[in-house]
Amino acid sequence: MTHRSIGDKLFDTCNYILLSGLMIVTLYPFLYVLFASLSTPSELVKHTGILWKPAGFYLEGYKLVLKNPMIAVGYKNTLFYVTAGTVLNVFFTALFAFVLSRRDLYWKKYMMMMIVFTMFFSGGLIPEYMLIKNLGLLDTRWSLIVPGLIATWNLIIMRTSFQSIPYELEEAAKMDGASDWTVFAKVILPLSVPLLAVMVLFYGVAHWNAWASALIYLRDRDLFPLQLVLREILIQNSTTETTNLSTASDPFLGEVVKYATIIVATVPILIVYPLIQRHFTKGVMIGALKG
Amino acid sequence: MADTASYPKPGTAYRPSRAGEYGRMLRKDFAKNKYIYALSLIGIAYYLIFKYVPMYGALIAFKNYVPSKGILESPWVGFKHFQDFFGSHYFWRILRNTLLINVYELIFAFPAPIILALLLNEVRRSSFKRMVQTITYLPHFVSLVVICGMLIDFSQKAGLLSTILAWFGVERQNLLLNPDLFRSLYIGSGIWQGIGWGSIIYLAALTSIDTQLYDAATVDGANRWKQMLHVTLPGIMPTIVILLILQIGGMMNVGFEKIILLYNSQTYETADVISSFVYRRGILEANYSYSTAVGLFNSLVNFALLLIANRISRKVNETSLW
Repeated sequence: MTHRSIGDKLFDTCNYILLSGLMIVTLYPFLYVLFASLSTPSELVKHTGILWKPAGFYLEGYKLVLKNPMIAVGYKNTLFYVTAGTVLNVFFTALFAFVLSRRDLYWKKYMMMMIVFTMFFSGGLIPEYMLIKNLGLLDTRWSLIVPGLIATWNLIIMRTSFQSIPYELEEAAKMDGASDWTVFAKVILPLSVPLLAVMVLFYGVAHWNAWASALIYLRDRDLFPLQLVLREILIQNSTTETTNLSTASDPFLGEVVKYATIIVATVPILIVYPLIQRHFTKGVMIGALKG
Repeated sequence: MADTASYPKPGTAYRPSRAGEYGRMLRKDFAKNKYIYALSLIGIAYYLIFKYVPMYGALIAFKNYVPSKGILESPWVGFKHFQDFFGSHYFWRILRNTLLINVYELIFAFPAPIILALLLNEVRRSSFKRMVQTITYLPHFVSLVVICGMLIDFSQKAGLLSTILAWFGVERQNLLLNPDLFRSLYIGSGIWQGIGWGSIIYLAALTSIDTQLYDAATVDGANRWKQMLHVTLPGIMPTIVILLILQIGGMMNVGFEKIILLYNSQTYETADVISSFVYRRGILEANYSYSTAVGLFNSLVNFALLLIANRISRKVNETSLW
């Protein structure tokens, strides 16, 4: 063990205190929401400030949330956007990254310049909206999938990773008569499974959280993703409208319903979070070290 | 470079010095790689349609766009929309808000993950380090709508945040209805949500620092604090500079997603930024040409800032994006 001076010990102590404080500050808001969602409405309204445990005990809020048809519709739609969107995202990003990772492509340099340029300059919100409108994608599910088909940053990460695969493997495959497509499907993809997993997570979480494009492109409420439904309940505070609270007995029920909604909408991500966190970190590191 | 290995090196007999030879090389390349080019069609089409067509569409900033006539047929009006925008009283308000939020972000939010990474790097007990990381990454995964919903709720007069601020003598109020507090709440919640996640990239950079440097510093009598300052910090400097350039290149982009979730007509005075203004005027009020001009002004300033930051950085410490 190396010698530790008093200064070192002081440094360590301060460090531990600061980091523990940060953990509490990060975690407590979520605990507060959990406690509040289980509280009795009338007691919650009387209460101000810190909650150490639920004020009373009450599950009616959760029942109302689960009975809310818009929550169900939102969940169903988000599930579709996440699955279909992610599959298309990962496939086409990988395919284009494969093309851009070829070492003997004459145009590649210019293609890369054109692509990287789009990271720094864009036509802007309105021309993009007009494009979607002119393509007839407005108010369709495609409007949430096609415009974001390839994320440039992910494309660059994949390209860099594909380039590091030994060229000899592809040459050997080609000697055996493999086409470019076969090289992609049978050599490159199987060797990149961890990277593909990271991409699935990146795109998947992005689709799960997306709401702004839905706000701009969708009018039909049957197509709304969960996040847009949440916006109505949490931000625009229209609990009464979406849950028929007017018929409910407790006038403060809305408050509890709001908290229960947060929990119901966040639980899926909290469940998968411990499983995906490590992969995610790895993905960011790949991007950081090679980008 | 391996990229060009199969092509003649400059200076050899095959060097394309005339247009004819250039064309021949292109044809040869197409013939040799026709399947690869076929595979790239969707990717190319995607970038052309969804990235470059909107750039062309931005032309309507200089026209009086009439939907029935389309982009080409609508009459030119030159810089009229830009002049209208620069002359309106909104201009100074949203420019000031956009820049102020960004300057505060540079000062407060940008260093936060760096500090966290430095502190985490000093933690010797790996179980504690992992626990801090797991917890601080978490808010990054919770959707912005939920985070803003929580913030709005905590900011109510009787809400959690108002209560805590009341301990420090801030009068109880609905915090988000007070224009003076908007920027603090916007940036504070941003740090809360992003500090852990942002630190990952610096922690990755930290792993590449040569441990011998620490041994040398110890021999020279540097304590932990000094080591952090003189070994660790310089070690991640290139990463910091790259991220700083990118941040400056996005100076004019204050994400309209979070702004339109949090603001209300009472706080427009400090909360309305260029992107939220474009959204209101363009999408909600259908003033296409005018708001495209505003958006284009934004993109151009951004791009210029990026070029300037990159150039300065290349001169000062030889780190640059390209």
